[in-house]
Amino acid sequence: MTKTFSLDRRAFFLGAAATGAGLSIGLAIPVNEAHADAVAPEINAWVVVKPDDTVAIRIARSEMGQGTLTGLAQLVAEELACDWSKVTTEYPTPGESWRRKRPWGEFTTGGSRGIRTSHEYVRKGGAAARMMLVQAAADAWGVPAAECKAQNSVVTHVASGRTTTYGKVADAAAKLTPPANPPLKDPKDWTIAGKPLKRLDTRDKTTGRMTYGLDVKLPGMLNAAIRECPVFGGKVKSFDAARVAGMKGVKSVVLVGDSAVAVVADTWWRAQSALDALPIVWDEGANANVTSASIAQWLHEGLDDAQPAFVGNANGDAKGALAKAAKTVEAVYAYPYQNHATMEPMNATALWTPDKCEVWTGTQNGEAAFAMTVAASGLPPEKCEVYKQMLGGGFGRRGNSDFVRQAVLIAKHMPGVPVKLIWSREEDMHQGRYHPTTQARLVGGFDANGDLTALRIRISGQSILASLRPEALLNGKDMATFAGLTSSGDAALGYSVPNLLVDHSMRNPHVPPGFWRGVNVNQNAIYIECFMDELAHATGQEPLAFRRKLMKAHPKNLAVLNAVAERIGWDKPPAQGVYRGIAHHMAYGSYVAAAAEISVADGAKIKIHRLVAATDPGYAVNPAQIERQVAGSFVYGLSALFYGECTVKGGRIEQSNFDTYNSMRIAEMPAVEAIVMPSGGFWGGVGEPTICVAAPAVLNAYFNATGKRVRSVPLKNQSIGFA
Amino acid sequence: MLTLTVNGAAHEIDVEPDTPLLWALREQVGLTGTKYGCGIAQCGACTVLVDGVATRSCGMAASDAVGRKITTIEGLADGGALHKVQQAWIDHDVPQCGYCQSGMIMAVVALLKDTPKPTDADIDAAITNICRCGTFREARAAIHAAANA
Ligand code: FES
Ligand code: FES
Repeated sequence: MTKTFSLDRRAFFLGAAATGAGLSIGLAIPVNEAHADAVAPEINAWVVVKPDDTVAIRIARSEMGQGTLTGLAQLVAEELACDWSKVTTEYPTPGESWRRKRPWGEFTTGGSRGIRTSHEYVRKGGAAARMMLVQAAADAWGVPAAECKAQNSVVTHVASGRTTTYGKVADAAAKLTPPANPPLKDPKDWTIAGKPLKRLDTRDKTTGRMTYGLDVKLPGMLNAAIRECPVFGGKVKSFDAARVAGMKGVKSVVLVGDSAVAVVADTWWRAQSALDALPIVWDEGANANVTSASIAQWLHEGLDDAQPAFVGNANGDAKGALAKAAKTVEAVYAYPYQNHATMEPMNATALWTPDKCEVWTGTQNGEAAFAMTVAASGLPPEKCEVYKQMLGGGFGRRGNSDFVRQAVLIAKHMPGVPVKLIWSREEDMHQGRYHPTTQARLVGGFDANGDLTALRIRISGQSILASLRPEALLNGKDMATFAGLTSSGDAALGYSVPNLLVDHSMRNPHVPPGFWRGVNVNQNAIYIECFMDELAHATGQEPLAFRRKLMKAHPKNLAVLNAVAERIGWDKPPAQGVYRGIAHHMAYGSYVAAAAEISVADGAKIKIHRLVAATDPGYAVNPAQIERQVAGSFVYGLSALFYGECTVKGGRIEQSNFDTYNSMRIAEMPAVEAIVMPSGGFWGGVGEPTICVAAPAVLNAYFNATGKRVRSVPLKNQSIGFA
Repeated sequence: MLTLTVNGAAHEIDVEPDTPLLWALREQVGLTGTKYGCGIAQCGACTVLVDGVATRSCGMAASDAVGRKITTIEGLADGGALHKVQQAWIDHDVPQCGYCQSGMIMAVVALLKDTPKPTDADIDAAITNICRCGTFREARAAIHAAANA
């Protein structure tokens, strides 16, 4: 049986203005609810049409600046054939999704998957709604639906010229059985999707009205500040609550789990001030002596061929071919820990009673936040709820729910009182889920003709999956470590080398790793693309021509590489004093390339004049927002290249704020030209892929300018900075 | 108790004198458009105007703001009409996550008051806000557009 859901929006959507007899059309794209569990997670999407023709499109994925909210709405609206100027969006809640057996599919927003893994069912959602609205109008007129067409929220009976609007027929449409398998438009016929439309969420972000987790206000709410043992894995030994109990506004001092202490006060500033005055003694545990040097040493040992390693990509006989090579070239690269440093520090607000636990938070994974709420509250799922707020940046950090757990545990101490937990920037720096650190040893072998016959890459370092998603390991192997270096899949190596070996000596220090915008392609693109440059120079070959020779079987990689080469004018010399570098990669299903023009003063002051980027994501749902993702991600990626490093001393992260963990400003922003070149036939990601080619393009240009090859990040450690 | 004049209205608030203006605005006055990013005057997310001067409110004691004219992002629009910087921000689709934007917009408002037609170099010198989403390309275009509006 196909079932049409009918929701009372007021019950399920926080802050939804329930105006008049708004109604919900159940886009049960033909899903038998009784079987919903079996076919989860991809089920259907939802459209609400109000009597005034306003369309509310429900978005399960999270908006954190990347534009997914607008892009997904465009895809639904395209098939719905509605009036774009009347589109609004709503977040369904994870709790309601759980209770209704996941009608909105996955909520998770990471891995540049927001659109590419949901475009089909959200478009079908829009298409099914349109067909039902048309059918309802046709029924009212007593004509076949096939004689009617829909456009701009208006249904027209072509023969008679009669028209009606979606709002007028929505009631009747909602009662119809959804069509089984609504056909989708050919993307070349798109009029809303594929267009460079403005974002839907901009105005409130310019007036201060947008509500982030940090801004949640509830009646009677208290505020909490927290400090977790800065040595990862350490615990609280003791704390002296009496020392701060009398401070103004302080309500309570709470042990959170066994590793953190929170102060709850009437305002956050008072809570944080008391926390700063609170004596806490830590049991720092087994990791108290770990340093960056000890971690680097351990990783360095993993570069030895004799150390066991997981093979990520292999063809031919790389070791044999290297032994026979006429010439070999070898280099070792390294990449540090980095913090996400989202602009908005981690926070969550929780309200716990014995009967209900509610959480308000910015999360990239509403369902994980919900599961964490259930686990931490001690209540069954039907008594829990999470209300997603706008994220002040995510970049992967907010896929974790550690701060949700803390907020719920604190709220449990004060039943019936909402408590907003905000991390100080210092806590955010010290309790990150850090971009993992790795090193790589690369060896290339040439025959007497200068052709590359063998490439061997040994990666040594930390696995993210081993820490965060051990169930995703393949017999212990973390394939994500090889992103951009695999033989196939959505992050494949763009070169054919007759003898190839890429392997990974997994070494997991105690510092908790996380998915950090771009994740493992950030370092892997530097490793492979800078080393390709080294190989070209070592054999007197032009770097672009050298790459092209190895890319004959990789036309999509070659297309983006050629696009940036052409745009930057690679075949003509740059201006006096300007030097170029180039790089390409594949990540998250998209093909990306960049070419940089820089000048260097005093051998160490870099001015990036131009960065040309090309992205082929298959389909471009909103080219204007893709351009912004490319330009924006370069700020994130180049900040990481120039400044980004978290060092470890005494088992803890040394950096504590933006004074020691710097980020680019507008003065350092290069001119970015983003070429969006969707070639069709596949769906790649957008938020992350292109980030990884900025750094190697700049590093290769730096070599051309100075003759110095930089093999470790960040540049500040080598006294290289922005001009 | 002290009195702050924010967006033209007087607010008598119960706050310790050394509380940063940022937190007094957010927690006592109740205006949350001004954001917390670092607390050490590094990021600019908390920028407000104090007597027309762009000020990182995390670095100013509430007591030092007494008797001065404070403008926050909420006070920028004149009735229903957006400030030209806000309008330029919308026209150029500047914000991504948006969290840094209140502070950046306030810094730009102050810049244009002192330097109505800023050069790129003027912008580079005056706008030192951190934006982790990296909206600088669009922000620069919007600043020039607002200057010419
Ligand atoms: S919060 Fe004030 S400058 Fe960062
Ligand atoms: S828009 Fe997100 S930090 Fe600036």
